[in-house]
Amino acid sequence: MRIKKHPILTWDKGKKVKFFFEDKELEGYQTETIAAALHASGIKEMRESEEMHRPRGLFCAIGNCSSCLMIVNGEPNVRVCVTKLQEGMRVQRQLGKGELQR
Amino acid sequence: MKNVDIAIVGGGPAGLCAAITAADLGAKVILVEQDDALGGQLVKQTHMFFGSEKQHAGTRGIDIGTMLVEQVESNPNIEIMLNATAMGYYPDGVLGINQEENFIKIKPLKMILATGASERMIAFPNNDLPGVFGAGAVQTLMNVYGIKPGKRVLMVGAGNIGLIVSYQLLQAGVEVAAIVEGSPNIGGYLVHASKIRRLGVPVLTSHTILEALGDREVTGAVIAKLDEKWNIIKGTEQTVVVDTICLAVGLTPLTELIDQGGGKLAYIRELSGYVPIHNQELESTVSGIYVAGDLAGVEEASSAMVEGKLAGAVAAKALGYKPKAAEQIIEEAHQELFDLRSGPVGAGIRAGISKLQEVRQRC
Ligand SMILES: Cc1cc2nc3c(=O)[nH]c(=O)nc-3n(C[C@H](O)[C@H](O)[C@H](O)COP(=O)(O)OP(=O)(O)OC[C@H]3O[C@@H](n4cnc5c(N)ncnc54)[C@H](O)[C@@H]3O)c2cc1C
Repeated sequence: MRIKKHPILTWDKGKKVKFFFEDKELEGYQTETIAAALHASGIKEMRESEEMHRPRGLFCAIGNCSSCLMIVNGEPNVRVCVTKLQEGMRVQRQLGKGELQR
Repeated sequence: MKNVDIAIVGGGPAGLCAAITAADLGAKVILVEQDDALGGQLVKQTHMFFGSEKQHAGTRGIDIGTMLVEQVESNPNIEIMLNATAMGYYPDGVLGINQEENFIKIKPLKMILATGASERMIAFPNNDLPGVFGAGAVQTLMNVYGIKPGKRVLMVGAGNIGLIVSYQLLQAGVEVAAIVEGSPNIGGYLVHASKIRRLGVPVLTSHTILEALGDREVTGAVIAKLDEKWNIIKGTEQTVVVDTICLAVGLTPLTELIDQGGGKLAYIRELSGYVPIHNQELESTVSGIYVAGDLAGVEEASSAMVEGKLAGAVAAKALGYKPKAAEQIIEEAHQELFDLRSGPVGAGIRAGISKLQEVRQRC
């Protein structure tokens, strides 16, 4: 889902990194958000709502709407639209509220 | 605790211009931005701006952003805080900031809030499915990160944002199935609409989205025609096969911080929702806290820049920095705002502002 050719823009993506989505190993770039890297791999479902277990994805992409909360390296409620990707990150769908690590 | 003359929250066009103006007049400024870069909405706007020349019309939004950011970065009176979210403003005059897990306290003499706006949602079944995006999110994915939101898109809303983002989708190689617009008229500039139509995208006025289809993700949408009273005309329902629905149905001011800080709000439809009540010099109902840009009423980057300049000059003047020069900037800014809001395009904003002044008299 990456744009190959664009009439006015180019992207300086920097270093490629590997990360995990559930059990899958994926690639992305350090300069992009977790949400961007997931969309580049065609993954749109980020979490399930608390009561109705409805799938939820990215909506505002600027950290305002809380639609894209995921579990990152064990920590729940991470807004993946404003959190940058890092080498080796473990990203999981969040089901419901998510529990804090002790 | 950090002490400073003016704290500015939000590094979009309004906050940047406020910082530059106040710092040029001699005030010490801290600019607080939650993102890891300055620029606000400008960083994703690849189109040439409309508006007047004074506000850089004809230049791409991203280039205006870069220019303002350079001015801010090279100004010794401005301290920039990135990845820093302003969390709350307390009665003792302290602004609390969360920056990378640290809680930082700033005590400014004056404060300018320029937090911008957030995207609106509209009600229809399945509007929460992955694949339903706000127009800003689609722009961010495409123009900031070079990623397509999907393969085929239904755009909802034919205002300038809907038209511009549709064009940007086509530039990125994404198909746009159609643009639906509830009102019988296209809200955005006709030049944009003609450009889209020439590229084969139907702009369906008096049409709306009835529901999104799909189980875990969007696989389509049902649209239908509306009569003059916005009732659905039975039998006109049709299904479009898309994997993405993009909502360009407007923005609403991001008022949490000013609200929490004690500023009174008023609902003014023409300014796009609840806005902080403020006077002509942009001071909110809390003395010494000013508002600028989309927060003060959703308008455009051009007016956001001028409001930023106005707020910056008013705050610096109140602190005694170069009052004569500040006064001149204030007069210029009022004139520029007057010009930007003149003519038929500004009618809504003018009505909103006069309603706001009425509300202010009463409180
Ligand atoms: C698709 C599209 C096309 C457009 N085209 C044009 C055009 O051609 N011409 C034109 O004039 N205008 C255009 N606009 C409108 C213009 O982009 C906005 O009006 C303008 O960006 C508003 O500026 P602002 O500084 O008020 O807010 P923003 O640009 O939204 O900036 C607000 C900033 O505040 C930060 N922030 C928010 N809350 C906090 C907090 N608590 N702590 C720290 N930081 C915070 C945000 O991260 C953001 O960076 C367009 C908008 C869109 C979406």
